[in-house]
Amino acid sequence: SRKTPNSRANDGKPRLLLMGQRRSGKSSISSVVFHKLPPPETLYLETTTRIKKEYMHSFMDFQVWDFPGHLNYTDPSFDTEEIFGEIGALIWVIDAQDDFFDAVTKLNELIQYLQENYPEIIVEVFIHKVDGLSDDYLSDTYQIIVDRVQDELEDSGHPLGNVSFHRTSIYDHSIYEAFSKVIQKLIFEIGPLESLLTTLCANCKMEKAYLFDVLSKIYIASDLSPSDSSSYEISSEYVDLVVDISEIYGWDRNELEGGDTEQIEEDPEVGNQDAESLIVLEKKNGSYLYLKEINKYLALICIMGDDSPTDRKALIDYNVGVFQETLKQIFPR
Amino acid sequence: MSSSKRLKQRKVLLMGKSGAGKSSMRSIVFSNYVAKDVRRLGATIDVEHSNIKFMGNLMLNLWDCGGQDGFVENYLLHSRSHVFGGVAVLIFVFDIESREFAADVINYGNIIRALEECSPNAKVFCLIHKMDLVQSGFRHSLFEQRAEHIRAASESFGEAVEFFPTSIWDQSLYKAWTQIIYFLIPNAQTIESMLQDLAEVIHAREIILYERTTCLMVTHITKGTELQNPFTDRFERISSILKTHKHSMAKHMGVPAGSANFAELQIKTGRFMFFITRLTENTNLAVSLPPYEYIFNSARVNISLMRPRFAELELSNKKRPDIGSR
Ligand SMILES: Nc1nc2c(ncn2[C@@H]2O[C@H](COP(=O)(O)OP(=O)(O)OP(=O)(O)O)[C@@H](O)[C@H]2O)c(=O)[nH]1
Ligand SMILES: Nc1nc2c(ncn2[C@@H]2O[C@H](COP(=O)(O)OP(=O)(O)O)[C@@H](O)[C@H]2O)c(=O)[nH]1
Ligand SMILES: [Mg+2]
Repeated sequence: SRKTPNSRANDGKPRLLLMGQRRSGKSSISSVVFHKLPPPETLYLETTTRIKKEYMHSFMDFQVWDFPGHLNYTDPSFDTEEIFGEIGALIWVIDAQDDFFDAVTKLNELIQYLQENYPEIIVEVFIHKVDGLSDDYLSDTYQIIVDRVQDELEDSGHPLGNVSFHRTSIYDHSIYEAFSKVIQKLIFEIGPLESLLTTLCANCKMEKAYLFDVLSKIYIASDLSPSDSSSYEISSEYVDLVVDISEIYGWDRNELEGGDTEQIEEDPEVGNQDAESLIVLEKKNGSYLYLKEINKYLALICIMGDDSPTDRKALIDYNVGVFQETLKQIFPR
Repeated sequence: MSSSKRLKQRKVLLMGKSGAGKSSMRSIVFSNYVAKDVRRLGATIDVEHSNIKFMGNLMLNLWDCGGQDGFVENYLLHSRSHVFGGVAVLIFVFDIESREFAADVINYGNIIRALEECSPNAKVFCLIHKMDLVQSGFRHSLFEQRAEHIRAASESFGEAVEFFPTSIWDQSLYKAWTQIIYFLIPNAQTIESMLQDLAEVIHAREIILYERTTCLMVTHITKGTELQNPFTDRFERISSILKTHKHSMAKHMGVPAGSANFAELQIKTGRFMFFITRLTENTNLAVSLPPYEYIFNSARVNISLMRPRFAELELSNKKRPDIGSR
């Protein structure tokens, strides 16, 4: 069953722990994904010396705990219950550009410890800094790490079970995609969400639909058709475009005294409660993109095929409306 | 009147030490490279020419001059009048990381004297480049300090020289190039007064006219409350946002970045409405409006009615053959 395994509060809000060797890239990951730090500026991040807890309030509440290097959970002064008792997933970051044997050994110890004490915790291994590595080198490295984890676990009588692997870099979309996949495992309502999106696609002849957490650019669900990175990438860049332009022109004008261009009379047609956007490309056979804000945190992004969406606008509006209503029942917030 | 409609070839020299980043910025602004692609560029051999057609009757004739010592010596000694004659703008690029700033300024002085001699009316822009390599807290003071030194070596161009801090990794590149383009556009006032009328008719808060391939702003009209928009860097931000989007669409569709163009972009929110549409062969309009559906719809209709008038600005050029200047 898919639910947040260890959440005591049982409120369906996943909590994440970021762990790994010093300099593996943990602080960079959380700064880039959750604080929008431009990736090159991570070069100036100071090393983390204490556990750094960050609380992210969005559609889901994340706690990201950034650990300084290796922690000793066997030390009795260490409150393991506080740390492991409430988390949904543990993300272990390995620097693929560095010597990774130590990191893998430590990871194996931790997995064994967790399997004995907190078997519900999902372990996600981020094989990180894959930018700048050749494809061959990367696939070798990836395989070596997976094999070493697998072999050791089997030797010690523990199956691989809850462990998955991702290739990530803060310089491209891979870090967001990996986070998306982790989060999706922790969302209780993922099943109904996916079928809703699949129905929407079928009804409106859309190629692909994603439900995005706008702030983090993590997608929390998509329709069930095969997903490729390219569709995720274009959707996520589209979210950026709309967010950026909305920031520029959506500034608060309320404080201004009676605007001069704004002498327009009160009108029932004013505005769109939920932001909406559409892109039509000049090129034939190009995709169309459509975005609709669902609530404060979530936006629906759809990629459509080549017949003009303006012809189908009414159909889309209707179906998206239905989707939005159903979603409100699933996530009342 | 008719002479102002002639295609204006404007010669622009791009100079500076080898490795300063000249070809990098040219490729990003004009040839649809993204910042990380520029590592592939080799040193420029001699001069690379490119012609870029802009709004109205402006044809940019860009000379990217390889910066290795041998080439520079050749420009100064053997092809002095060929290189430095008839120049509208000199863009000189300084690498902020350079360890030989004093020597860079001496080389700059040599170029400036050649320009003074052959094109005394030229305009000089200095770009202090690779600013991303300086920690943000130090950027401003370092920039000011360098600019002051360089200005002192600018001979008779002195006070008129304009300085910009730039980096290919952020929108500062667009800020600098937008100013350069604006300086070069011959009929900016005509275009602006037409846009002013348009803005009035459609109740626009803001209109931005930009060139389609480079996404560089040609000009903008801002009215009413939008004059108090707190994002004063929004024009270069929008150039950079649109350029990024163009790349991602092109990548997704597997077409060259040059051919991924909007037929239309719309954004409607409770606070504003916004759309982008084609205006002429080489330009797009980005329009921000108050959030009313009927204003949005009538603005789109009005722009299509105005299109032919703007097209005339460009049409007059087509009759003339391309007078290459190579
Ligand atoms: N960090 C940083 N590097 C840059 C920037 N712009 C260019 N570079 C790098 O600078 C190097 C040299 O760039 P080029 O554009 O080939 O230099 P150039 O001035 O054309 O050199 P010549 O053709 O030999 O005169 C490349 O490796 C670029 O990646 C920048 O804004 N920031
Ligand atoms: N090339 C590359 N470098 C990265 C990436 N992620 C982080 N880094 C660099 O790795 C270094 C250490 O990162 P940091 O986040 O401080 O590591 P931490 O000690 O695990 O928190 C920094 O210089 C980052 O710029 C990545 O995806 N690719
Ligand atoms: Mg060059």
